[in-house]
Amino acid sequence: MKKSVFFGALTVAGLAAGAAAAGTLDDVKARGKLNCGVTTGLVGFAAPDANGEWMGFDVGVCRAVAAAVLGDPKAVEFVPTTGKTRFTALASGEIDMLARNTTWTFSRDVDLKFTFVGVNYYDGQGFMVPKDLGVSSAKELDGATVCIQTGTTTELNLADFFRSNNISYEPVPIETNAEAQQQYLAGACDVYTTDASGLAATRATFEDPAGHVLLPEIISKEPLGPLVRHGDDNWGDVVRWSLNALITAEELGVTSANIGEMAAGTNNPEVNRLLGTEGTLGEMLGLDAGWAKAAIMAGGNYGELFEGNIGEATPIGLARGLNAQWTNGGLIYSPPFR
Amino acid sequence: MADQETNSIAFVATEVIPESAPPARETGAVKWMRENLFSSVTNSILTLVALVFIYLILSGTVPWIVNGLWTTSSLAECREALAGKTGACFSVLTERWNQLIYGFKYPVEEYWRPNLAFVLMLVAIAPVLFFELPRKLLIVTALYPFVAFWLIWGGTILAPLLALIGFVVAGVFFQVFGRTNFALGFFGAVVIALVIWAVGGMLIPEDASENALLSAVPSRDLGGFMLNLMLGVTCVSLSVPLGIALALGRMSDMPLIKGVCVVFIEFIRGVPLITLLFVASVMLAYFFPPESTVDLFLRVVIMITLFSAAYIAEVIRGGLAALPKGQYEAADSLGLDYPQAMRLIILPQALKISIPGIVNVAVGLFKDTTLVSVISMFDLVGMIRGPILASTEWNGVYWELLGFAALLFFVVCYGISQYSQWLERKLHKGH
Repeated sequence: MKKSVFFGALTVAGLAAGAAAAGTLDDVKARGKLNCGVTTGLVGFAAPDANGEWMGFDVGVCRAVAAAVLGDPKAVEFVPTTGKTRFTALASGEIDMLARNTTWTFSRDVDLKFTFVGVNYYDGQGFMVPKDLGVSSAKELDGATVCIQTGTTTELNLADFFRSNNISYEPVPIETNAEAQQQYLAGACDVYTTDASGLAATRATFEDPAGHVLLPEIISKEPLGPLVRHGDDNWGDVVRWSLNALITAEELGVTSANIGEMAAGTNNPEVNRLLGTEGTLGEMLGLDAGWAKAAIMAGGNYGELFEGNIGEATPIGLARGLNAQWTNGGLIYSPPFR
Repeated sequence: MADQETNSIAFVATEVIPESAPPARETGAVKWMRENLFSSVTNSILTLVALVFIYLILSGTVPWIVNGLWTTSSLAECREALAGKTGACFSVLTERWNQLIYGFKYPVEEYWRPNLAFVLMLVAIAPVLFFELPRKLLIVTALYPFVAFWLIWGGTILAPLLALIGFVVAGVFFQVFGRTNFALGFFGAVVIALVIWAVGGMLIPEDASENALLSAVPSRDLGGFMLNLMLGVTCVSLSVPLGIALALGRMSDMPLIKGVCVVFIEFIRGVPLITLLFVASVMLAYFFPPESTVDLFLRVVIMITLFSAAYIAEVIRGGLAALPKGQYEAADSLGLDYPQAMRLIILPQALKISIPGIVNVAVGLFKDTTLVSVISMFDLVGMIRGPILASTEWNGVYWELLGFAALLFFVVCYGISQYSQWLERKLHKGH
């Protein structure tokens, strides 16, 4: 009798532990809110507007996941993280996912035990020069003074690039992007180098943006993407395929404008599978059939998010470049929905 | 002769000569300048150099301020409206005023709550700062923390009420039993307060905050200068009593208490504040299960309080050490026990000596509250560095925003330092 009570208690405890560890997806559903880590503020990628609403490209990914899981793109608790606090916030469970322009690297994936679920922006280190300098390629920068943020990978990339091209440069070390802007505008350096998206955002704030050009060379790989903790593959799948749904939607021409009529059923079976009128993809993820539709309606497909937040129509004015669909010569590519 | 006599003096003034003005160089502004600005060659050169500097600074800043724009909606519009002229873009301050003061998440329709809490704070703090005010006002001061908590965080009124009841019962218990037996009174009061809070905490229904009179606002939504003020006021008012206790503990004859206080003070003083803040925000998250973390604001308050208490303890220890030994002996010879001697004789004198040091720590602490921006709390500096400078409208506005932050902090810190000088003059007894 005593033994059976003991085993009974053990079973209950085991079940409770199983339920507690059942996974992030259930936790999010039970909570009714997605805890999404974002930056404390990066132009175009994530920043609250004058009304305190978070806006931006990374924010769009959070909202899409929230819409897919909970059906409500507003059901997100945005947790601002700094470069120093972001990984501990994710590892400790304070946030369910991190969408904070984080570069996918080997050590972060393997050693820090995170799972990068995809890439939503392919960045890379670039150069900005004043137009008057008359330079059209980074290889012509022999002897230039270069403003460079100390202690970053950009510093090492820069040294490698100049050495492999057998040209010399004079580094001007600076601490922050704000300082770099001032130094560069004051003429303390001929060239400013950092991530290309950062250069574009910086240039957008100049009084005379047209007086400065971004050189075509991109000298490093910085794939930025959302990530989750190791060990919860089901949740990783949800985030991965929510992002893929946005990408596939653009590829298949599904936009937030025409999604209503497309969801009624089309002749394209992949669109139907994506939007849940055919097949059971949502059920396999543990979500309802309209999950991808909700994700796309949250802020539009990948292309709409891009154009609305950082694209050429915005002050940041980034071209699609590497971030075009693979069908247009870019790297944005989603596995099929089948 | 008669003629000669009448004309013996060719000219006689019949009336008094009117006083002539003193030489121009010996009067008024000229004299003052000759004496103060141009009294020697070196001084003249220095004056001219200073004038050039003043001119350079003013010619840069005055047009910048006077031409400043207050009503545009983005930096690009500012630049368009200025059309190449020098001018500040103060519009960022007007457009983002609420965010600078309250942070970006505090609900707009609830702004009256922190405002009211601020006004009440002035009332509550007045009897502590100005001794002529009626002592009965101290009741307001004692109630203020609970009222302010309820106003700012909202939610059920039962929580602050419960906290208040716990304190009141513990206080009464101490009054009754502490007179005869200090240890019994003190530890009994602590136990009673904990029991009341634990039992009361279970009695408050889970959903009490949902339909409360004031809607609940989580700590994460606090921000802006309000957060700096809250952290500053809370931490200073908590760390002064804690610092006194630590200083007395360090001077104690009991080895255990002395040892604990010395280790605590030396450890905290040997660690940078920013490390403690990182521990509060990052490390503690590992020790608690994800759902039951202690509130981030509370963690930060604890860390800053411990930090400044260690410094204040050393300042007060300096005050205690400065008192002549005779004062201690006088207290003993009057037959006063330890608490009486400290309360009536030693501390009033020691604290008076310590005022400049305590104020110094308080001002430093208030400015250090901006460090919380590195652990992603949106205080004034965090708001500026993060959301405001990262918005597409205002990216690139530095001088206006950081100048505004400097101005706000200067006003508060200068006020504190003026008060402390007034207090020193007032307490000065001429010996």
